[in-house]
Amino acid sequence: MSIEEKQNSPTYQDSDSTEYPQNEKKVSEFVRQFYKSNIPIELVGSGSKRKIGKPLQCAKILNLSKLNGIIEYLPEELYIKVKACTPIDQIEEELKKNKQQLAFEPIDFGYLFLGKSDYGTAAGQVACNISGPRRFKVGSVRDHVLGFRGVNGKGEIIKSGGIVVKNVTGYDLSKLVCGSYGTLVALTEITFKVLPTPAASTTLVMHNLKLEMAIDLLGQAINSSNDISGATFLPTEPECAGSEMNIESTFKLNDLKYGGSFTAIRIEGTRNSIEERIQNLKNELKIIDYDVSILATYQSEIFWNKVKNLEVFSATKNNLIRIVIPSSQCVQLVYQLSSTKFKYYLDWGGALIWMEACELTEEIFDSIRKKVIKHGGYISMIKPSDHLPYVEEVFTINMNRFNISQNIKKSFDPKRILNPGKMYTGI
Amino acid sequence: MPRIDRKLLSKKNDVIESLKKIIKAENIIDHEDQTRPFETDALSAYKQQPLAVVFPENTKEVSKILEYCNQEKIKVVPRGAGTGLSGGALPLADSILLCLGKFNKILEIDYKNRCVVAQPGVTNLSITQAVQDRGFYYAPDPSSQIACSIGGNVAENSGGVHSLKYGTTTNNLFGAEVVFMDGSISRLGGKTYDSEGYDLLGLITGSEGLLCVITEVTVKILKKPQTVKAALIGFSTIEDGGNCVSDIIANGIIPAGMEMMDKALIHATDNFVKAGYPRDAESMLIVELDGTETEVEELIEKISKIAKKNKSSSIKISKNEKQRLKFWAGRKAAFPACGDMAPDYYCMDGTIPRGKLAEVLKEIGRLSKKYNLPVANAFHAGDGNLHPLIMYDANEKNSLEKTEKFGADILKYCVKVGGVLTGEHGVGVEKRELMCEMFNNNDIQQQIKIKKALDSSSLLNPGKVYPILRKCAEEGRVHVHRGKTKFPDIPRF
Repeated sequence: MSIEEKQNSPTYQDSDSTEYPQNEKKVSEFVRQFYKSNIPIELVGSGSKRKIGKPLQCAKILNLSKLNGIIEYLPEELYIKVKACTPIDQIEEELKKNKQQLAFEPIDFGYLFLGKSDYGTAAGQVACNISGPRRFKVGSVRDHVLGFRGVNGKGEIIKSGGIVVKNVTGYDLSKLVCGSYGTLVALTEITFKVLPTPAASTTLVMHNLKLEMAIDLLGQAINSSNDISGATFLPTEPECAGSEMNIESTFKLNDLKYGGSFTAIRIEGTRNSIEERIQNLKNELKIIDYDVSILATYQSEIFWNKVKNLEVFSATKNNLIRIVIPSSQCVQLVYQLSSTKFKYYLDWGGALIWMEACELTEEIFDSIRKKVIKHGGYISMIKPSDHLPYVEEVFTINMNRFNISQNIKKSFDPKRILNPGKMYTGI
Repeated sequence: MPRIDRKLLSKKNDVIESLKKIIKAENIIDHEDQTRPFETDALSAYKQQPLAVVFPENTKEVSKILEYCNQEKIKVVPRGAGTGLSGGALPLADSILLCLGKFNKILEIDYKNRCVVAQPGVTNLSITQAVQDRGFYYAPDPSSQIACSIGGNVAENSGGVHSLKYGTTTNNLFGAEVVFMDGSISRLGGKTYDSEGYDLLGLITGSEGLLCVITEVTVKILKKPQTVKAALIGFSTIEDGGNCVSDIIANGIIPAGMEMMDKALIHATDNFVKAGYPRDAESMLIVELDGTETEVEELIEKISKIAKKNKSSSIKISKNEKQRLKFWAGRKAAFPACGDMAPDYYCMDGTIPRGKLAEVLKEIGRLSKKYNLPVANAFHAGDGNLHPLIMYDANEKNSLEKTEKFGADILKYCVKVGGVLTGEHGVGVEKRELMCEMFNNNDIQQQIKIKKALDSSSLLNPGKVYPILRKCAEEGRVHVHRGKTKFPDIPRF
């Protein structure tokens, strides 16, 4: 039995330690009570992303999954207000009825952790602030949260923002809450900005390009006026023991040719405009003679869902690392990392590296971190492994920002009872 | 405003001498005649001369000034170009006004990472001008873009007419270098998408100079769309115009810009710039569409159909770039055009859900009669940001108070229908006392705790945004007449 299986087994869990508040008022009462008696709490929604961040050993678990349901959805006002732990697939299903979407493309981490879909909740997406392939065009989760309600570490119900896009009334706490991994507030209600789903999507895949060439072309495509919404590079598989990553078996699509790397560009909009833009891209990037595959809407959507949901790393036994850097630094960094045994793919035109590291040690992880920081980026450990279940620093921070963050944490949660240490020791 | 530190006023000379040790003497002004131009920002109804005005030349000097002021418990008010409309850069009598006018250089243009690194005093428009030869631009475009500084844009989270599609400052910002009140310098973000840990960059954007002083920004630039066209659509009722806006969005179209004006403003602006507006219309929409040529043509066709369905009285499509700019010239001149209608005007800035437009405009009409003050309405219809312009004559007794009360009633109504007090101008001193309309005590206390976490003695831009102590419930408005608050040394509860 692996460590995580043991931890999840019934004998490991103390059933009395978990509380299931039914509503915001109950959440507030529980937190108030724990605040008074100095009891640390782990906040859990559906648990789909529980392994991201440092493991917690809190006396109490506050399971918020009962705060579930759509409160208000006004398609013409472009927002949806939901209880914090409403499942993301339920929200997407509802939006689909009106041809709308969460444009930041929520990632389904289920494939990575379980080998199957486990989409998680709205609050989980907000707490992690990790966005899909469209990030460089439309922004991140944090750019799509218009407002929230939640309970701070003293049990006080607080709110910020609203239901409108343009709002500068008071500090923008929605931004602060996004990516705070439940260390500032227990979210109870979230309002997302929603956008129309484009009428069609097409993917242009160039085959068998080398890394430098691929990044150069993706950069040119993003810098063009063709308004592309996806730019990924899936390299030819390098050797990596203990991993079953296989690009060809993951991307089984009728119109996709195989052999060599994939350099993929997504174009979304009306059919005519897509055709026009593909032609423009072929001319501007001078790729008319290249070996390409064109995926129309149905296959294009499958392709990008697989990219977004990390399906090439499905149920991997290895560690998974996320690196974000300025795209101009990508090629250099990838070459500098080549002494490590890893598999990777690039998204956001090279500004995001998803990396499955084999036989990773704390020392190697630290040395990668140093290189990433030198190139102006940051690194996070997304998935631990049996081989390296725990690292000292899961996320990246410097001393100066740590001190500020500690003060911010205290202002929300003075006794440090909400997910203490989830992000950084001492926060 | 906060209680004036009279002790500090009496040792003004010592303060100036200490500042001279930090920055060049020529970069400090303290004579009453010299500091007068700095007594106000673009909310000129409020005036107050500061103790001294300083012009640091680099981040180190900013850091040392703040460190010194923090030690000596001297208040500091940061100021960019002073174009803010909510009194965010209004000095206090016992404060140092920290002007960032000398931070006026574009430091780096990085096309590979699609960003520009600039000092905060650089104007919004000059960022676009610096990259337009390569076909790039900076998206947020507040009306004051020719004069407003990019640092001020970050402090206020400025928007503009294109923010429905391209977002406001916060969505177009990669990084910033900031100095906190204790003098510590921090780099937030960089050239990457998002950053890890708490989103401090998101927190300081729109914090109205209360949390830190911005000394460098890195903003995202975009490639200009291939084709841009604008449509002028007239309607015989306000309701039809409002319904058309909702219908366009409901049809899955996000225009690059969607502006609405009422009859009063159509006439005023058309008189001012001869933009060719439909003068018989009760309301008018400017809808801007961008993308590839085919896409724009398709969208124009769709929008024309939607407009007709919503009983439009006229539709005019821009034939060329010159005409498109002419369409916009009227809208962009909305404020000066109002100068023809009355000696003074007061611009409000609430945001409402788009669907509530007709209801809110009706209420504004009712209030206009109640207060006997005419009003013209400009509306960023796409994102629900409403700018009623209240006409008044400052020479008439009590007219400013009456106007402010009218404005406050409009904003309260915006909140009542699910909107907010301010969409892009900020709270500043202007809307400070209205914060309790939107937030309860818990909400405000949480925000004040954040302020204290970063500025423990509340010295950076105090008296702005948050009601002083808990007095807001008592709703006492304060009129500063000729820079003098009545009984300035009495703390207000």
